[in-house]
Amino acid sequence: MGDSSVGDGKKIAVLVHNEGDDVGVAVTDLAPGEVVAGWLDSQRRATVAVNEAIPLGHKVALGDLAAGADVIEYQVRIAVTRNAISRGDLVHTHNVRSARWHQSA
Amino acid sequence: MASERLTGYRRADGRVGIRNHVIVLPVDDISNAAAEGIARLVQGVMALPHAYGRLQFGADLELTFQTLIGTGTNPNVAAVIVVGIEPAWAQRIADAIAKSGKPVVALAIERHGDLATIAEGARHAARMLQDASALERVEIKREEVLVSIKCGESDTTSGLGSCPTTSVVVDRHVGIGGTVLFGETSELTGGEHLIAARCVDDEVRQKFNDFYANYIAMIERSGADLLGSQPTEGNIRGGLSTIEEKAMGNIAKTGTVPIVGALAHGEQPTRAGLNFMDSSCAAAETITLMAGAGAVLHIFPTGQGNVIGNPIEPVIKLTANPITASTMAEHIDLDVSEILDGTLSLEEAGDRLSELVDQTICGRLTAAEVLGHREFVLTKLYQSA
Repeated sequence: MGDSSVGDGKKIAVLVHNEGDDVGVAVTDLAPGEVVAGWLDSQRRATVAVNEAIPLGHKVALGDLAAGADVIEYQVRIAVTRNAISRGDLVHTHNVRSARWHQSA
Repeated sequence: MASERLTGYRRADGRVGIRNHVIVLPVDDISNAAAEGIARLVQGVMALPHAYGRLQFGADLELTFQTLIGTGTNPNVAAVIVVGIEPAWAQRIADAIAKSGKPVVALAIERHGDLATIAEGARHAARMLQDASALERVEIKREEVLVSIKCGESDTTSGLGSCPTTSVVVDRHVGIGGTVLFGETSELTGGEHLIAARCVDDEVRQKFNDFYANYIAMIERSGADLLGSQPTEGNIRGGLSTIEEKAMGNIAKTGTVPIVGALAHGEQPTRAGLNFMDSSCAAAETITLMAGAGAVLHIFPTGQGNVIGNPIEPVIKLTANPITASTMAEHIDLDVSEILDGTLSLEEAGDRLSELVDQTICGRLTAAEVLGHREFVLTKLYQSA
């Protein structure tokens, strides 16, 4: 991610609920490349390099995540990773799973 | 922002309704045809067919009775015709509804047949409808309107836009002394500790924790993989990956106020404020229970576009998903998708929703009402005998 001064004047393409979250939500269909992320709580902005196409409403990793790591969104654990995930990757059911529905393995 | 004057119907029991329905309520599945026959003959009367009512027993039967009685006593209802195959249960439901002071009759099909029952019911219905049409709207206070909330076909835009918008209105309504119901027990998974922490005292917290633990135990006993059911295929298509992520969006609509009550399925709230109701996350079941508990107006945030309505309470649907807002416009009462690109603040979105709530209270029809969405679904606790 770039520093917080980056992206002023460019439209926010990824919304992040809280500082410390591991993922942000694409608010438009994203193609690979640099986009602006905006944090809803701190109003901070930063650039994120997106690695693959991410449809509106789907999540992008804001940092590298190890296999089996907790995934934080809304400042709570919303999933654990199935495998290692790189910053900029799409985060969805193919690479994360519920930590609570044990049958959803 | 808010209308100067709100109007509604003050019922004999003092409660306030915002609609003035005359309903034909079948006690059981085999009375649906007669109930619908009455509603066909008398235009403007509404039949509420449903799938159950036979051979139920114990808590499951009691919940059906409670929901039917609660539906009949809901302040949005002016008068009720109860139709059952047997006289005893029809009379039992009618007697309980009559305690609210509204006109009610019970009809039994056995020893009469459908046609005689329909003829007698239609005569009652015609008179009840004319009497109801003569009732005048009177000035009411906003806090007298019992509001329920439940979201559906959620996606990540629900947690970003439509649910936080609802949250603004929940806080405002509770802030002036109003009451709001929310539920969806299993859909708190991952954030249930946040709900428990908001319970106003240990007694409410214990009740909530027990409801939650019992519901999850029931799901876990099934041994089933819930991916595709909870979250639904629609949720997943919209970007939600897990029950925990869905739950956080769900919780995002409940405001910031304390939770003053933890209610069983369909139980009426006794304390003003935000009340949790133990319930399924299926929209029709949950809203039917909430209307049975007396809710008269429902706010429904959606992501991918649930088309739900309810026969008793108007359902206001809002979305922050621009695709849903454009491709399913006839189902969406309020489009708050501008929240996503930052051109609409949550406070402004809350103002728009408050204005729409006021208009709906005063009689403006919702998308679900004009499209005829009247999903009435009883909650079944277990198999019938």
